[in-house]
Amino acid sequence: MSVIVTDSGFGADDWAAPVVPMEEAGPGTTAVAVPSDAEPLALADFVSAQPDLMMIRINFPSHADGRGFTLARQLRLAGYEGRLRAEGHVIADQYAMARRSGFDEVEISDELAQRQPEDQWLFRADWKAHDYQSRLRG
Amino acid sequence: MYSYSDFDAAFVAERNRQFRAQVERRLDGSLTEDEFKPLRLMNGLYLQLHAYMLRVAIPYGTISARQMRQLAHIAETWDKGYGHFTTRQNIQYNWPRLKDVPEMLDALAEVQMHAIQTSGNTIRNVTADHFAGAAADEVEDPRPYAELIRQWSTDHPEFQFLPRKFKVAVSGSEHDRAVIAFHDIGLRIVQKDGQTGFEVVVGGGLGRTPMIGKVINSFVPKEDLLAYIEAIVSVYNLLGRRDNKYKARIKITVHEHGIDDIRERVEARYAQIRPTFEGADQQMLGAIKSQFALPKFKQAATDAYDSRYENDVLFRSWADTNLTAHRDADHSIVTISLKKHGATPGDASADQMRAMAELAELYGYDELRISHEQNVILPHVHKSDLPAVYDALREAELATANIGLVSDIIACPGMDYCALATARSIPIAQEIANRFDELKMEHDIGHLKIKISGCINACGHHHVGHIGILGLDRGGVETYQITLGGDGTEGAALGTRTGPGFSAEEIVPAIERLVEAYMDHREGPDETFLAAYRRLGMEPFKAALYEDARAEAA
Repeated sequence: MSVIVTDSGFGADDWAAPVVPMEEAGPGTTAVAVPSDAEPLALADFVSAQPDLMMIRINFPSHADGRGFTLARQLRLAGYEGRLRAEGHVIADQYAMARRSGFDEVEISDELAQRQPEDQWLFRADWKAHDYQSRLRG
Repeated sequence: MYSYSDFDAAFVAERNRQFRAQVERRLDGSLTEDEFKPLRLMNGLYLQLHAYMLRVAIPYGTISARQMRQLAHIAETWDKGYGHFTTRQNIQYNWPRLKDVPEMLDALAEVQMHAIQTSGNTIRNVTADHFAGAAADEVEDPRPYAELIRQWSTDHPEFQFLPRKFKVAVSGSEHDRAVIAFHDIGLRIVQKDGQTGFEVVVGGGLGRTPMIGKVINSFVPKEDLLAYIEAIVSVYNLLGRRDNKYKARIKITVHEHGIDDIRERVEARYAQIRPTFEGADQQMLGAIKSQFALPKFKQAATDAYDSRYENDVLFRSWADTNLTAHRDADHSIVTISLKKHGATPGDASADQMRAMAELAELYGYDELRISHEQNVILPHVHKSDLPAVYDALREAELATANIGLVSDIIACPGMDYCALATARSIPIAQEIANRFDELKMEHDIGHLKIKISGCINACGHHHVGHIGILGLDRGGVETYQITLGGDGTEGAALGTRTGPGFSAEEIVPAIERLVEAYMDHREGPDETFLAAYRRLGMEPFKAALYEDARAEAA
């Protein structure tokens, strides 16, 4: 099982439909799993060719691998407005980065949720504060 | 000088609060050692050979007297009473205890300083020409742009876990004192049709695969700068290799994909990113620029300087070597040598830091700079004050007249401190400096840059030394390889290896033979070592290194 982290803390996964790998997606697919090594231009094309898509889940194979942040940002810049989830080894210290990059939520394992309990995530839930980027882009 | 906005101050305070919690969470097991490592690194905390090391950012090398005094206070309170100025215009403390680090960070915040992104796979402290704002040959002061980049790169949400570290340097002059060709991104301010912009160089670097950067764009208007460099780093974040840390820098990405492919990707990304900057950054830039306005320069006669120069040989020698032309004819740029013969290059004691701070207050419009050559600079000193400055420097053992000379050596910490080092570098620098001091030849030899690295990661920049020395471990024995002809300025060149290396005992005599060969072959005192090497090629130097050694042994 896993835990979904949002600005209000821990919650259960309310996404019921299947999440399929990108290469298996077809008409009617509502959610896809995207690996961290996805080619961003191909990803943008893929997304625009899937009108039923409502959720994209980007994998973080390791907390040291920051590709997912740029992929999320690229999807947002390309106009994707659906649900965007970071999934895998994302630590509490990266929650603000994930939100600022365009993710709506983070999916973590029960093990990680136990080791880094809810208060550690809430500590970083004020991601709109102290943000140089929003200052420079206003 | 830049002074923190309320936003900056609140940001640093919050960041320190977060780091304090991270240290606690490491200790209670919430964070694994693996998870904690990049977090401590992005806050400047390294684990070295003997202890932790805290690397404090000195953005674009600019610092006030009050900040310098605080660095002295930190050195005395939580370290061993000294600090080490680095080739990235930072200062390192080599002996802090983990539990003291949050307090050290708070002490830095008191004077608007921090250690953010001085390490880790992040965009590092942005460097700039150390003579910025003072140099006679400047198009425009690069520091406001460097400050803008500092703010943009600080805690950038996409770029805290890059494939590898990422270094940016900015220069505002034709003459490159910021080594821009050897940075991940090098920026040079240029004018085109009355517009200010940047020549953007990408993919330069030293390390184990040295490369000269390539021009990705010959003119990016200043309004487009942040979007353009964000596009570069964004392309790199996805494309840079993560399978091998030695192939992870952008220089390898550029090398493997080719500059044209990278340019195309960057342009595509830029088109997406540019609209997200709606002008707020340019307003901030305007406000930043006003803080870098030049001081109101003192007007006074310069007789005191002229007569001292006339009558005091030692003062004259120091003035000839350590002063640089200022944009105002009655002022000078003073370079304070942290390369006293036999001392550790780049080290300064707390007392010396305070002495330099006092000089900045009394005679230097409250401003100091750290150079990537590990010296300290008083960028604006009126000539009439130079005798007093010199006398005070002598008293603090800071008046060594050797800037740009053979003993003004860049050396990495080497095996005395660093866990990666394969050989010692500081002792070799000390021996070379002492030897040429004994010979009393330094000033005759003239401009000559020696740079020493204690391993192939090249922190001592040996690839761009006129004479480069690389210390390696060969079967448990320190071996020093020599390269010649490197140049980190606008004539960017990588040094060429002379041949087999030398032992720790042989290396200093070998350098001496090289310098003798130069003295024998040069056309006159005006032909520098580098110019002579470029004219003559490797042969006479190789002969001096290897044949003369054989003849002596026979």
